[in-house]
Order: sequence, then C-alpha cells, then structure tokens
Amino acid sequence: MVAEYNLPSPYTVWVAGLDEIKAGHLANDIVASLFRVAIAFTISTVFGVPAGLALGQNAAARTAFVPMLNFFRFISPLAWIPFAILWFHIGDKPAVFLIFMATFFPITLATMAAVANIPSIYFRVARDYNYTGIDLLTKVTFPAVMPQIITSLRVAFGIAWVVIVAAEMVGCQDGLGYGIWDARNGLRLDIAVCYMVVIGSLGMIFDRLLAQLSKLPSVRWGYER
Amino acid sequence: MSVNQSTSRLEVEDVSHAYGAVSVIEHLNLVVGEGEFLVLVGPSGCGKTTLLSLLSGHITPSSGAVTRSGVIRTVYQHDGLFPWLTVTENIEMGLRSIVDPSERRMELGELLDLIHLGSFADHYPHQLSGGMRQRVELARALAGDSDILLMDEPFSALDYQTRLRMRRELVRLLDKRPRTVVFVTHDIEEAAQLADRVLVLSQRPATVCRQLIIDAPRPRDLTNPDVIEATEAILEELGLSGDGGLDDESLIATG
Repeated sequence: MVAEYNLPSPYTVWVAGLDEIKAGHLANDIVASLFRVAIAFTISTVFGVPAGLALGQNAAARTAFVPMLNFFRFISPLAWIPFAILWFHIGDKPAVFLIFMATFFPITLATMAAVANIPSIYFRVARDYNYTGIDLLTKVTFPAVMPQIITSLRVAFGIAWVVIVAAEMVGCQDGLGYGIWDARNGLRLDIAVCYMVVIGSLGMIFDRLLAQLSKLPSVRWGYER
Repeated sequence: MSVNQSTSRLEVEDVSHAYGAVSVIEHLNLVVGEGEFLVLVGPSGCGKTTLLSLLSGHITPSSGAVTRSGVIRTVYQHDGLFPWLTVTENIEMGLRSIVDPSERRMELGELLDLIHLGSFADHYPHQLSGGMRQRVELARALAGDSDILLMDEPFSALDYQTRLRMRRELVRLLDKRPRTVVFVTHDIEEAAQLADRVLVLSQRPATVCRQLIIDAPRPRDLTNPDVIEATEAILEELGLSGDGGLDDESLIATG
C-alpha cells in the first residue's frame, strides 16, 4: 500500500521498539523527558499560579502586566532556542527553560482570568464571616478557582509534552524528542515512529492522571454545574 | 451558648444613595428594633437590595448615616454557600468565633438537627435541592454569635410549595434562635405571613410610603384573616387592588 521508505509498517516499528527497549534507550529517554517536563511544569505552576492569583485580585496590576504576558504567550518557544543555548548551554537546562517558556504564560493567564471572574457574592459572604488576609486567599479565592486551575494545568501539560520534541533537539543527548531527532539523522523512520507512539501514549496517560484531580470532592462543583 | 445578650442595633438616618446620576434611595429613616422581624416590599428595582447592602455595610451611603452594632449576616437568594465546602464545613463558617472544639461540635450537631439535614452533613451544595441549600444557609447564618439577619429574597428562587414550607421553617428556626431580621421580598403574601412590621417602599428613588404592623402570632397560615387583611393593605398601597394597575398610566409607570 505505502512504500516502506515512506511510512514504516507496524511490524518494523514493533521490531525497532523491541530493539530500543532491549538496548535500554527507550526507558532512558522516557525518564529523561519526564524529568525535564516535571521540573519545568513544576516551576511554571509554582510561579504561574501565585502570579495569576495576585494579578487576578489587582486590576491595576492586570492593566500593567497583561499586555506583556500576552505578548510573550504568542512567541513560539522555538524562537527561544538560540537564547536557551546561549544562556543555559547544554544538558537539561535549555530544555527545561523552553518548556517553562511554553507553559508559564498560559497557567498565569488562566489563573488570573479565573480569579477576576469569581462571583462577588463569595467575597460578600467571606466578609460576613470575617475571612481576611491569608484566610481569604487560601479559604475563598484559591478554592473558588481550583477547578479552572486544574483545567489549565491539563492544557499546560499538553503544551509541555508537545514542546518536548523541539526542546530536546538542542543541547540534549537523550530524551524522547532527542530520540526522534537522532532517528531522523540516521534515517531510521521506524525508530522515529516508535518514539511518536510512545510520546502520544504517555501524553494520554498523564492527561488521564491529571484529570483525576478534577475528581476531588472539593472541586467537583466546578465541573457539574 | 452564644452571646446574644449583646444589643443589636440597626439605624438608618436620613440616608440617600445614588449610583452615578441615578438616585436610588432618598432621605430614608429607619430604626430596626431588637428581635424585630421587619419586611421591606416594593416594586422591582426600587432599591430594596441597595438598602440591604447599606445596612450590611457592603456599600456606604452617598449621604446620611447607618449605625449598626452586633454581628450581621446576609442570606442570599442563591449561591451564597461556598460550593467547595460540605454542608458541615459551610455551617462551621458561622462557628469560627467559637474557640473550644467540643463546643463547636455540639453547636454544629444542634444546627444540623435543627434543619433536619444530619444525613446530608457531608454532601456538597450542588448535591442538594434548592430548598435544602437555603436551609443550610439559614443554619449558617444562625450559627454562633450572629445578631442580625439580612435576607435578600431568600426564597424567591424556590418553587411555590417549597417557598411556603421555607416560611414555616424560618418561623420555627427563629423561635428556637431569636434574631433581628430585615427581610426583603417582592412576595406580598410572604411579607404578610412573616412580618412584625412591613414597610412598603415607593418606586425609585425609594422612600417609605406605608408602614404596617402585624401583631398576629406566627406561624400564620396563608388563609389567616390577619394575613389576608395585611395582604389587601399592601396590594392597595402598591396600586394592585380593585381595578388599580389596569389603566395605561400605571402600566407605563411599572415599565
């Protein structure tokens, strides 16, 4: 049907996959990629969610920073590749930086929008019951936007996983993205397809795992109304 | 128990309020007595909710003064419960001032029994019916040290029969835990069934156009002669009795 040199058959992909597993490449690449995504994703969340909470509560800060955030959101992480190498040389760091650049802005903006749209009735009630300062933030504002934060984390994880291929093309010697790059250079399309299958499958698995967060009893309300 | 001996006080002195150029309330005077059940009725958009927000302190009047003392809590039409908290946790919001955990637990159990929702203690608001949610809101507002309840059309999002049931429920709860209540409604029967005193407000800008005292003991049935008499008086004041409200002029006035 399709020539082998255009699209490798499932069988050759299977054989290539077994070889990669036996050689230990695949496991090593999976761990390397997951590690980078985990680090970058954690940094994005740790900085993005609080930044979003702060911006959401402060209209003046929104006016000041949102244009900048939007500006950076529209720059493809690939555009940062030269700077990633220049600033972070080789190893995990440039890839982590690129994934961070791809995920930080969506998480921040989604959290900010969620906070800005919290129904004012919650704050009126909070005032009646003496919630102030840190209590107000952790017991009212944060739980009120938790469902949207979970959704934004799922979206951001999807972005991170997509970007990993590009991010690992620079300065890395392992990882799923590097694997595809390496297979391309060696004209081993069977290995490239094998890695594509792994990337797609892992992406689905991790999205399912993140979706479990939306089953927490205290956020169910956000998905059932 | 809670410190309800503290004097609650709610007084409005020559208050006017405007949103931009739109004057909503003009030169309003009002004193709410301790333990009184005051109902405000009036045409929609006449500024009832604004008045409640002024009483609760959520907004400050353009001129005049509102004096309040005691713990004030508002019960809203809907969505006043925090959806991320269970029934228990929502009611516990009202018990934050009680420091002793065992006392808090006792008080919580008592409130859950009071609204007959003990078996729903760990449910979330979205798992409850509208009537149940309002009962939880009532329990939360009555919890602990509250003195004054401001109620902003609390039953108007409910179906008719649930609404009738909730009025009886409110009377029963207030019998157990007396509070000063300011209750806003557009439902004239509701006013007649619940109030010690009804204030009929005029079209915007709101002023009091009639005050009505109802002495009959509660609970009052819809068919109670005192309720019917009060209903008639309010209808008349709103221009909705006899052939009032049928001529072109008043239709235009209602917009």
